[in-house]
Amino acid sequence: MHPLRKQRLIVVSLVVVLSSAAVGLVAFALRDNINLFYPPADVVAGKAPVDRNIRLGGMVVEGSIERSSTELDTTFWVTDYEASVAVRYSGILPDLFAEGEGVVAEGMLDDNGVLIATQVLAKHDENYMPPEVAAALEGKAALGEAAVLP
Amino acid sequence: MGSPPWFFRFSGAVVRWLLPLTIGLLLLGAAWGLLVAPPDFRQGNSYRIIYVHVPAAVVALAGYYVMAFAGAVSLIWRIKMADVTMRAVAPVGAVLTAVALVTGAIWGKPTWGTWWVWDARITSMLILLFLYLGVIALFEAYENKTAAARACAVLSLVGTVNIPIIYKSVDWWYALHQPASIKFTGESAIDSSMLHPLLLMIGAFYCLFALTVLLNMRAELVWNHREASWLKQMVRNV
Repeated sequence: MHPLRKQRLIVVSLVVVLSSAAVGLVAFALRDNINLFYPPADVVAGKAPVDRNIRLGGMVVEGSIERSSTELDTTFWVTDYEASVAVRYSGILPDLFAEGEGVVAEGMLDDNGVLIATQVLAKHDENYMPPEVAAALEGKAALGEAAVLP
Repeated sequence: MGSPPWFFRFSGAVVRWLLPLTIGLLLLGAAWGLLVAPPDFRQGNSYRIIYVHVPAAVVALAGYYVMAFAGAVSLIWRIKMADVTMRAVAPVGAVLTAVALVTGAIWGKPTWGTWWVWDARITSMLILLFLYLGVIALFEAYENKTAAARACAVLSLVGTVNIPIIYKSVDWWYALHQPASIKFTGESAIDSSMLHPLLLMIGAFYCLFALTVLLNMRAELVWNHREASWLKQMVRNV
């Protein structure tokens, strides 16, 4: 390669490598702020601020949803399978909100460690399948067999 | 390969078969995805926006590498055709990124319960849109085309760091956006009856990208060489 072009190639490579390194360091330094939510384990450990709005993310604990019969109030527990946090929310929940599914709740922690949510979002997972396949998987799981697609 | 007359003739031949191929793949993929593929067990039919959202996002990311690579070629070898390529990719990439963001918002409202959330995936995708728009604006900001191409090449190259960030954002940080359903190693998290039309649509979007970039390049060449005798002769022969 022509020495001039070789030199330019080195400069171009340096531009890419150094700018990537710079952005990488910034992202690493800001990693806590880039996370959209705190997992329940961090909230229970006191790593989340208590005096301002935070987001809590995890799975809705099976059998934990309690709905008020007269109001829109709902309480449920969110877990990351290490710790759990109770959430109280008054409002309309997204359609995909369900037990055992992902959720992100925004709000403030009260003195008892309950998150008083102002917004609850459903976190959809990466699984896409037809209803028949889902039913087949559920049937197999109920029979205690390994869930294997036909 | 850098010769405009040669490229003009070559791209003309490619467009002639790429155009029907792209239209065919898009129609087939859309019909398969929208009519034949089964509904999702939780989302019902609203998941079908995946057949536009994912292909647009995938090609928007890949297209950025095409633009950045053209930028590197332009800086190192000073090939005019690389400048033309960069300039042709930017608006296509910007539109694809915008389509991915808009379809994502439309899907997010019924699925998550919100149009927009500032998580790592969505924010880095918005930065990609600004990078594409920045390249377009920078090209227009210079009188001198060579200086414009050099500035755009540097911006494109610096922006490449964003592509792996977008791709890995859902794995590196807690985000609302789900991780990838299509896995290169191991079984995909999307059923094959839904995956096959999706892969077809991704292929169709790659063809659409190539087609629109080639047409953009041809339009740019026609403008740049509007006084050239080879072009006049070629137009007369058509």
